[in-house]
Amino acid sequence: MKLSYLDFEQPIAELESKIEDLKQVQDGSSVDINEEINQLQAKTSELLTEIYGNLNAWQISQVARHPQRPYTIDYIQALFTDFEELHGDRAYADDPAIVGGIARFDGKPVMVIGHQKGRDVKERQLRNFGMPRPEGYRKALRLYRMAEKFGLPIITLIDTPGAYPGIGAEERGQSEAIARNLYVMSELKTPIIGVIIGEGGSGGALALGVVDQMLMLQYSTYSVISPEGCASILFRSADQASVAAEALAITAPRLKSVGLVDRVVEEPMGGAHRSWETMMQSLQKALSEELTKVQKKSLKDLLKTRYEKLMSFGQYQEGQ
Amino acid sequence: MSWLEKILPPKIKRSAGPSKKNVPEGLWSKCPKCDSVLYRTDLEANAEVCPKCAYHSRISARDRLNLLLDAKGRKEIAAEVEPVDPLKFQDSKKYVDRVKSAQSEVGEKDALIVMQGSINAVPVVVAVFEFKFMGGSMGSVVGERFVRGVQAAIASKSAFICISASGGARMQEGLFSLMQMAKTSAALTKLSEAQLPFISVLTDPTMGGVSASFAMLGDVIVAEPQALIGFAGPRVIEQTVRETLPEGFQRAEFLLEHGAVDIIVDRREMRDRLSNIITALMNKPAPTKQ
Repeated sequence: MKLSYLDFEQPIAELESKIEDLKQVQDGSSVDINEEINQLQAKTSELLTEIYGNLNAWQISQVARHPQRPYTIDYIQALFTDFEELHGDRAYADDPAIVGGIARFDGKPVMVIGHQKGRDVKERQLRNFGMPRPEGYRKALRLYRMAEKFGLPIITLIDTPGAYPGIGAEERGQSEAIARNLYVMSELKTPIIGVIIGEGGSGGALALGVVDQMLMLQYSTYSVISPEGCASILFRSADQASVAAEALAITAPRLKSVGLVDRVVEEPMGGAHRSWETMMQSLQKALSEELTKVQKKSLKDLLKTRYEKLMSFGQYQEGQ
Repeated sequence: MSWLEKILPPKIKRSAGPSKKNVPEGLWSKCPKCDSVLYRTDLEANAEVCPKCAYHSRISARDRLNLLLDAKGRKEIAAEVEPVDPLKFQDSKKYVDRVKSAQSEVGEKDALIVMQGSINAVPVVVAVFEFKFMGGSMGSVVGERFVRGVQAAIASKSAFICISASGGARMQEGLFSLMQMAKTSAALTKLSEAQLPFISVLTDPTMGGVSASFAMLGDVIVAEPQALIGFAGPRVIEQTVRETLPEGFQRAEFLLEHGAVDIIVDRREMRDRLSNIITALMNKPAPTKQ
């Protein structure tokens, strides 16, 4: 797969295309230019470290939406075994924007549920760009209940621009579907671990995000509104998205520092899309540790901690 | 134009600012729906509902409480919870300044007022949104006051009522605001454990993060006539689907037809209907109408 580059990655793109050219020359020539290639590669990695070490919030949102970033199904295939996808909300339809089912993680049965974006035009349409309709949330709800009944821990993978704003979605109760999930997850009698793998878009993300431990990949985002949406409302222009992104505090380290996420999972240098394998290893380790941690707790303790954590969200002062 | 006015359809916008302010000392008022010219005093005596066409104007949280609760035995809850600026947020204006000007214009510290009291002598705790305070947006204070209201209801074994009027989550508090959706919804599980009713009353408008959390979790969901209720704003939907929205889309009557709300109740009957529902759910004698 040919790597696609983001705007701010252009210097890297130039170097890498030069390396490609040199490699082709090398193949048909007797002159040894290996050393030059090595030098350029070292320079590329230096540049990558420099650029990725200084990403601003808006650049991170673009990495979070990178078209080659691993999606839910990619993580399921890499980190889980024996996946059985379960379909439908038993009332209206199956929403392909959310996938879920039973699988094994470290050999133990779990329920895994996540938003699914599409890789190509056709799949994007099918998955509705990862924007669920009410039936998607109701499928997730059905799987939460199933996991509770059979004592399976739940892992949610969050990656959505938001819940779908459509006529049918409103008619079928988008608000209620999201609200019900928040309510049920907050008292669900089984451990829940959430991972923001890309875009954590508002209520549409939160419906999979009421959890015991919230993990966030290093270059993912989690926000009450998209930077573009916020910019056009508060800053009166969508061009101000980068300013809005900064103001909204949507990045993993910032959210970790204010206590709204529990753990930042490191991504490979240059983002998850540059090395799926490294990304998978990093998340495998984190999930394995977190799962062990939550499973050590008694159910009573787990629910109490989850509730207290939810109640602690928010900052205010006590006046007169 | 505030961000909220921007997302509302033109019809709503016209009716937004009660015409009180345009009329000297408010002798007359014109109904935004049927254009009838009405005496302000008549309108006030009629719960700000047009006597000719039953159009429900938006009302302030304090007016709402005065209409709903018995005059005696009221006690405000969690008034001491006040906003801070957790993200040092700034757009064209600093968040702290926006809050300050809203506080001085509206005379409230934030967008939710919680009051313990009674309706027809039936004890209740009522949370009411003040839409004029930054569009009734939900930030940390709204969430915390809501939770304390639920706790007060549990402590006094009363029903909990929330009267919503909100554009959704408050952007200026970022993810803290989003988390209030989870916080408020979770608190309702405790009310449910205590077998106390939660009555959610949806008024014009109830949108976004408020609609997609506690507002849709009522044991009984009541809506006021014609109220705009939905997850996404009509403009956002129109831009996404690129079609004209159906007549009456996201209005209370539309939601009733689609099974999303239990009943539509005229504001003038709200006291009697709510106390009737609550006493039945709590297995208490029927209320005496006062």
